[in-house]
Amino acid sequence: MSEVLEPKKASAAGTVASAEPVYALMDQRPADMSNAESPLSRFRWQVSSSGKNVGVVARELALLGHFILRGNVANADFVKGAAEVLGVELPGTLKSNAKGNLVVRWLAPDEWLITVPGEQAFAIESNLRKRLTGHYSLVNVSGGQTLLVLSGADAVNVLRKSCHYDVHDRNFPVGKVVGTTFAKAQCVIRRAGQQEWELVIRRSFADYLAAWIQDAAQEYGFAVK
Amino acid sequence: MLHIFCPHCGEYREEEEFRCKGQAHIARPLDPEACSDEEWGHFMFFRQNTRGQHRELWVHSTGCRKHFNVIRNTVTYEIEKVYLVGTKPETEGAAS
Repeated sequence: MSEVLEPKKASAAGTVASAEPVYALMDQRPADMSNAESPLSRFRWQVSSSGKNVGVVARELALLGHFILRGNVANADFVKGAAEVLGVELPGTLKSNAKGNLVVRWLAPDEWLITVPGEQAFAIESNLRKRLTGHYSLVNVSGGQTLLVLSGADAVNVLRKSCHYDVHDRNFPVGKVVGTTFAKAQCVIRRAGQQEWELVIRRSFADYLAAWIQDAAQEYGFAVK
Repeated sequence: MLHIFCPHCGEYREEEEFRCKGQAHIARPLDPEACSDEEWGHFMFFRQNTRGQHRELWVHSTGCRKHFNVIRNTVTYEIEKVYLVGTKPETEGAAS
């Protein structure tokens, strides 16, 4: 490892010899995923008894590849390069762009979250590293967070109970992304469909939020996919 | 609860999403080694306790996690102006 991360030093001057950026590029997904555990894989969901109407369905999109991409939107080559590799433009303020299973969420004016299927993660990371130049940052954060999807007619009511952000259609159209507090924890919420909401939650908060959500959803009828 | 405009997100959000980081525009001494204990102490610990307009640094901690400045009236709690770090709009009677 150390030889990968060690910056190349010029022998005499002590400055970086080559202009080539130094980064560690490695496939962080093991070849054998049979023992892989997502943050919620051991969570014991308590669903509503069968026969009841189901208003809220929770589904964890487990073990995806999560990347934080940072760069300057004023840098045309960065914006163009990212769009070439990802196949979608980097979205603007509070927006998201999706292409198949790849979703790019706006997090901050210079920061985006890219989620891709786990098996494609290394290819996307490698391609971005190959294409992008200059001042940017790409970090694999797959292990730190997970995606929880709430769907169903009453999913919106669970959100209303859990966060103070206005989730009405006029303020939260499909495709919008907001970073906000959800049940007192930090959360990035994206409206993926008319009745579908994706929550990006931290690994260490996953248990707590899952427990909160199942409690909040019981009155509408709760199921897990 | 305050309703605060985040200049990076371009929206009003609840105070719960923000943290106040205290007085804004505190310049770090360019050469800390050359500071006397008194100068360094003033930089580190001494803050204004303004009545009226107060310039503060806030961070949108659960949103975009960016910092910005506000001018808040400490008497009425009203946020009179929100502006980006690196700028300093003039306001009558504003604390420095």
